[in-house]
Order: sequence, then C-alpha cells, then structure tokens
Amino acid sequence: MSAGQISVPIVFRGPNGAAAGVGAQHSQCYAAWFAACPGLKVLTPYSSEDARGLLKAAIRDPDPVVFLENELLYGESFPVSAEVLDSSFCLPIGKAKIEREGKDVTITAYSKMVGYALKAADILAKEGISAEVINLRSIRPLDRSTINASVRKTNRLVTVEESFPQHGVGAEICTSVVEESFGYLDAPVERIAGADVPMPYAANLERMAVPQVEDIVRAAKRTCHRSVPLAATA
Amino acid sequence: MALSRSGSKLLKPISPFFSSAPSILSRSISSSNDSITVETSIPFTAHNCEPPSRSVTTSAAELQSFFRDMALMRRMEIAADSLYKAKLIRGFCHLYDGQEAVAVGMEAAITRKDCIITAYRDHCTFLSRGGTLIEVFAELMGRRDGMSNGKGGSMHFYRKQGGFYGGHGIVGAQVPLGCGLAFAQKYSKDENVTFAMYGDDGMGTAEWRAAKSPAYYKRGDYVPGLKVDGMDAFAVKQACKFAKEHALKNGPIILEMDTYRYHGHSMSDPGSTYRTRDEISGVRQERDPIERIRKLLLAHEISTEAELKDIEKEVRKEVDNAIAKAKESEMPHPSELFTNVYVKGLGVEAYGADRKELRATLP
Repeated sequence: MSAGQISVPIVFRGPNGAAAGVGAQHSQCYAAWFAACPGLKVLTPYSSEDARGLLKAAIRDPDPVVFLENELLYGESFPVSAEVLDSSFCLPIGKAKIEREGKDVTITAYSKMVGYALKAADILAKEGISAEVINLRSIRPLDRSTINASVRKTNRLVTVEESFPQHGVGAEICTSVVEESFGYLDAPVERIAGADVPMPYAANLERMAVPQVEDIVRAAKRTCHRSVPLAATA
Repeated sequence: MALSRSGSKLLKPISPFFSSAPSILSRSISSSNDSITVETSIPFTAHNCEPPSRSVTTSAAELQSFFRDMALMRRMEIAADSLYKAKLIRGFCHLYDGQEAVAVGMEAAITRKDCIITAYRDHCTFLSRGGTLIEVFAELMGRRDGMSNGKGGSMHFYRKQGGFYGGHGIVGAQVPLGCGLAFAQKYSKDENVTFAMYGDDGMGTAEWRAAKSPAYYKRGDYVPGLKVDGMDAFAVKQACKFAKEHALKNGPIILEMDTYRYHGHSMSDPGSTYRTRDEISGVRQERDPIERIRKLLLAHEISTEAELKDIEKEVRKEVDNAIAKAKESEMPHPSELFTNVYVKGLGVEAYGADRKELRATLP
C-alpha cells in the first residue's frame, strides 16, 4: 500500500494446533486461516532442524511471518547434523523437504502430522507400498513445484493436516495437483484432516477428532486400490 | 470526587467474638430464621458512589448454609487436584479454593434470573448456580454424565436455567459477552442484572506490569466502584446486593473483590514462583473464608465445634461418593462427536478424520 516504502519485518511465533485434552477453544490449527492472506508468510516447523533454520529465516525475512509451532513437539527430540548446529545454518522460506523418498504415493504433511506420516510410511512399507513423505515447512508460500513433481512421480496423493478440512491446506494442495498434474493421477486425491467438529474434551472423542496413523495408512491404501477392511471407529 | 470511606463515625464496630466458650448443650435460643447482624471485616472503599453499610443482616440458617456450601466447594476443588494428579482429569484445571466467599456471597444476594458469567476458574460458580457434584466430576473426567456430556472439560461449564453463562477459556473473552447479557436484560426491562467476572491476571504477572492502574475499583474513572474484602462472604453479599440496586438505577458498577486463590493459576503452575509460602499460609491463617464463618457460628452459639466437624465429614463423604459415581459413568458414545455443532443440522454432513471412512449427518 505504500509502494514499498514501509515494510513489516515482524515474526509472530507460538503454539498452534491441538495439545492434549485442552478442549474446543485451545485446539484449533490456524495455518489455513493465516495462509489465505496475501502478504503474510506462514511457516510450520516439524523437527529441530526446521525450527532452527526456519526461525532464523523468518527473523531475517523483511515480510510479516507467522511461525506456527506445536506444543506437543516442544518435548520431542530430533537428531541434528553438525551442519544444522553451525551458526550460519538457515533454511529457505517456500521450500518443502522430502523427509522420506518413495515411489508409490505422495503424502504431504506439516508440523506434528509429519511424524504421523513417517510412521504411516513405515507401516505401508511392510505391505509393499513405498510412500514419499513431504514435510511442507512453508504453508505460504506453498512449494507447489515440489509437491507436483512428487505426484508426477508417484501418481497418487494423500494430504494430511490437523486442522478442519474445509478450505484447508489439504484442499489447496489437492486443487494445485488437480490443476497442474491431472493427467498423472492414477487415483482420486485423498484428504486426511481433523474432524469437522469443535474439538471435544473426552479422551475417546478427542482421538476420533484428530488424524491417527491408521487413517493415513488407510487413505494411502485406497489410492493404491488395495482393499481395506472396514476399520472400527474408536 | 472524593473517595468516601464507610461511615466509621456512624457505626461502632461490634466484635462478634464473645469471650465465653460455647457450651455443647446450648442451642441458639432464637429460631434459625431470626435475623442476626454481622459486621464485615473492614469498611468498603468506594469510588464515585456511597458505600453500603458494614452491618449485614443474616440468620443462623444462612450462616450454616454458607459454611456447608463453602466446605463443599473447598472439598470439591481439593479432590479435583488429586484427580488431576492421578491423570483422571486432563488438559487444563484451574482451582478456586480460597475464593469460595465470592461464589457463595454473590449467590446469596441475587436470584437465578440474574446472570453470572466468568472465565475458566468456574467449578464452584457452576455449583453455586445449581450444578451438582456428579455433573462436575463426570465432566472433569470427560464422561457422558458430565455437565457438557464430557465434551467441554474444566473450562466449559454452563447452566442456562441457573443463569450461569460459563465457563470461558480465552482470557477476558467473557467480559463483552457479559455486557451483551446485561444489554439483553436492559432491553427486556426485567429488573435483573449480570455479574461479569474476570481476574487481575494469569500466572502472576505483577499487577504493576499488567495494569495501567492497580486500583481496579476505580477502573480508570469510567464507572463507580467498590473495593470489597473478597474473603468475607458477608462483605461480598452486601456488595453484590448494593451493586444490583445501583446497576438497576444508575448503570454499571465495578466490584473489586480482594480475594485469594491457594492453588497456583492452574495445575501446571506451582503458585510459588511469584509469592512466598509464608504469604499463602498467612492468608490461610488470617483470612480464610470458611474459618471466618466457623468463628461466627461458634460465637453466636449456632453450632458446636463437633457439629461443624461433622458437617465437614459429611461433605467429604458427599464428594467421595460423587467421585465414585462419576468414575462409573461411561465415556461419551462415539456418535456424540457430531452432536451440538448446530442447533439444527438440517441435513448438513460432517466428517471424521478420514472423510471416506467416517461421515455423519448433523442431528
């Protein structure tokens, strides 16, 4: 609005998404809300490497950045290389990371769900399905080229996110793939997301309201046209 | 406008503490509804209004019910502490022990047609508005017999028929809602009021850092105010009665309840990083709300020590029974995931985490 005279080099960081048993007002993931806004950058670290590299990039970035962490990930440890520990380590904004290479199905995820996707990939590997797991890292700008390149390789897509499905990150990814790589798809795109309801407090209902590893496995198998036994609900 | 001090020249403070020991056999000579007058601990401090008198009319029956209600609340909160440590309560848990006088005193001054709205430290307020122990414990443990069918948890208690509007997790969010309730009452001209409650802050941010002026009862000079000893149920009762009359005639008024919570802000706050243990035990010794009522009951020979101990034992049993029953309550049925999203679902579909696996039409 100021023809570039004034910029806003600020970072907003904090926990985002569900913790454990914190109810409807403390469990929402706002990645999609923020990522809808042109002019904002939205980052979602998963591992320690992400947290270190992305936060530095966010601080150095001249635009407003929303840095969405996850309360349950604060307590998790990750192995890091010497390069990551180096004081000059920094990650680019807008680039996703291929956490695990595969050739049968692309699974996209961000934040805590990356861990779940990796677990799902392990289970799928035992059944002969090789899943490629993409850690989005950057929700806005979204790394559409990495995602599309992956789907053009695997021909199948499952998006995973913790937040509500409608108008969510997964919805945007599915659209991008359908728009750019329709001819490469061998199966309908699949979305795994939080349940379309306010987060309940009761433990059994809460488990049903957030994606579980078996949901990701099931969706991946569907894209591979493997018959899936009807899973019992919790 | 000058601050007016409660008329210390007009009333001589009457000490309610007789020196003779109450005899076990003597019963209060008057019937339990005869009026007794008690003095509040300290005079009220007022801002831009005339403070109410320090003398509060009560009765033996009311004193006894104050004692029992507060003892019940105290026991309930302490039991919730143990349940949280045993991991039967998850997520957040903000306890009210120490502050019972506010819930009980306020309830004594108003009707169920008046509204109360508060934040997340809401277990005792829910009780005072007609909630039951089982509804509390079952809700805290996420079971289907809980007040919100197990879906709300500690911060989301409501009781519309009792005029209690919650139960809010986001700090301060309840205040504009309270204004809304009050406006509705004003429009419908039904001579009722709303008490919108909020705290001075969360985990011990010092008031000089968080507030422009810590003289909360002056509230930046927007509305009249009263500073009240929140550990004295009779001061609270008098102040709320005064505030209701004032609000109906002249508009909003702020009550600063000088109260104290024994627990930390929540179960993840030890409550000792910003205050000393001496401070906590000091308040327990000097200002505990239940002890104040106990002394009054003994001094007026309404109850004996033994009777009061019996009431406390009874209350403890009541709480233990409620917990046992709540533990037997089942988890909510999976179909509950999709209830109460809209008032009327009208055929709208909603989905589980895997939309091809679990979908439901909203009821």
